[in-house]
Amino acid sequence: MSNYYESEDLKKFGDIGQHAKALADDFFKYYGNVTGTDGALSKREKALIALAVSHAQKCPYCIDAYTTQCLERGANPEQMMEAVHVAAVMQAGITLVHSVQMQNHLKKLVL
Amino acid sequence: MKSVVQLKLAPQPSKYDFEEQLRRRGIDLPPLALDTLQVNITKLCNQVCRHCHVDASPSRREKMSPEGVAKCLEILEQHPQIAKLDITGGAPELHPGFDGFVENAVALGKHVMVRHNLTVQLDGNPQTGESKEYLPGFFARNRVEVISSLPYYQEYFTDAQRGSGVFKKSMEAMQRLNREGYGVEGSGLALNLVYNPVGPYLPPAQAGLEADYKRELKAKFGLVFNGLYTITNMPINRFRLHLDKSGQYEAYMEKLLAAFNPAAAEGVMCRSLISVDHQGRIYDCDFNQMLELRATGAGGKPLSIFDFDFDRALKRRIQFGDHCLGCTAGAGSSCGGATA
Repeated sequence: MSNYYESEDLKKFGDIGQHAKALADDFFKYYGNVTGTDGALSKREKALIALAVSHAQKCPYCIDAYTTQCLERGANPEQMMEAVHVAAVMQAGITLVHSVQMQNHLKKLVL
Repeated sequence: MKSVVQLKLAPQPSKYDFEEQLRRRGIDLPPLALDTLQVNITKLCNQVCRHCHVDASPSRREKMSPEGVAKCLEILEQHPQIAKLDITGGAPELHPGFDGFVENAVALGKHVMVRHNLTVQLDGNPQTGESKEYLPGFFARNRVEVISSLPYYQEYFTDAQRGSGVFKKSMEAMQRLNREGYGVEGSGLALNLVYNPVGPYLPPAQAGLEADYKRELKAKFGLVFNGLYTITNMPINRFRLHLDKSGQYEAYMEKLLAAFNPAAAEGVMCRSLISVDHQGRIYDCDFNQMLELRATGAGGKPLSIFDFDFDRALKRRIQFGDHCLGCTAGAGSSCGGATA
């Protein structure tokens, strides 16, 4: 294999059922129920959340899949980029809020 | 010395055999009615849209003859069952006999629909320079239903698919239609919009997207319209070329196949209309027309308006191909939008 990530491998997602079919079946049923239905959140809102998570988790398969999914749910590029910024700003905030821990420890160390 | 053995290989069945999908599910799709005559009167267009299944452009010269137009009117007059005339192109308004065709069909009491690309109002005829600014008033006087493509309520997708500057011109053209009463509640003048995906993906749910269009176009441009039709891109002609060039044909066909919906299949438009080309030849739909897949009657005789027989047309066997998967994927697709 020349690369760890091959776009063709996205089609093999269903193969995670090999050696653990029952668990995979449970997962895909749950996955379909959560992302494939309009609930308290619309399918479009769920696709935008998934797109943001895809970026935060740096999953190229998911980025491809949810870019398409967002378009098929009627989202537009502005909404998609804002979703990515939510992911980015959350990651920045999570990093920065840990500076409180650093400062707490700093206070302990400094005379 | 090596011997060369030539093997005669049988043609491989298509991976995307539409009829196999029907057979597997026990679905039969005979014509149900013939209530619409859809006529493609010219391939001339002021635009060059990237997804256009007609390959229409400002350089096309194909147009229906006056005899062809007269024959269509005769068929409409003789068959009250055919209540609707759907005029398409190209930009059908660029046909020199367009106005008369509309007026005569209206005089026969037919419901006339015009596939109007909006921008032709401002661009006029690219070959003659003739202005088409009179169209909104002409449409209103004849009370035709106007059906216009607008692939999104924003400029980015619209211009990507239909050409630079098309979105702004479309907004101006819609304002002119609105001023005539089109799309305005209680006017009885119907303005319906058409959404096409701007790439190899399926359309969003029609009702939700219609609500988005209405909210956004009203808020940003003060525009109103009646309904939104979501239409899937057919993997033929210009869009097929794009799929082939970008290496996405197989993935798109797999998507259409995986999304095959029996309920959408039941509602395909070829079961209630026939499509006529500029030479008077009859097809099951506008897509078959572009593929030159002619509708045939008993004995395989191709159908034509010049020896039109209503019963023969109604009893024909619809011609299907791989591209038909585009009409049966997801919520389905037709000239009137989703079918399921």
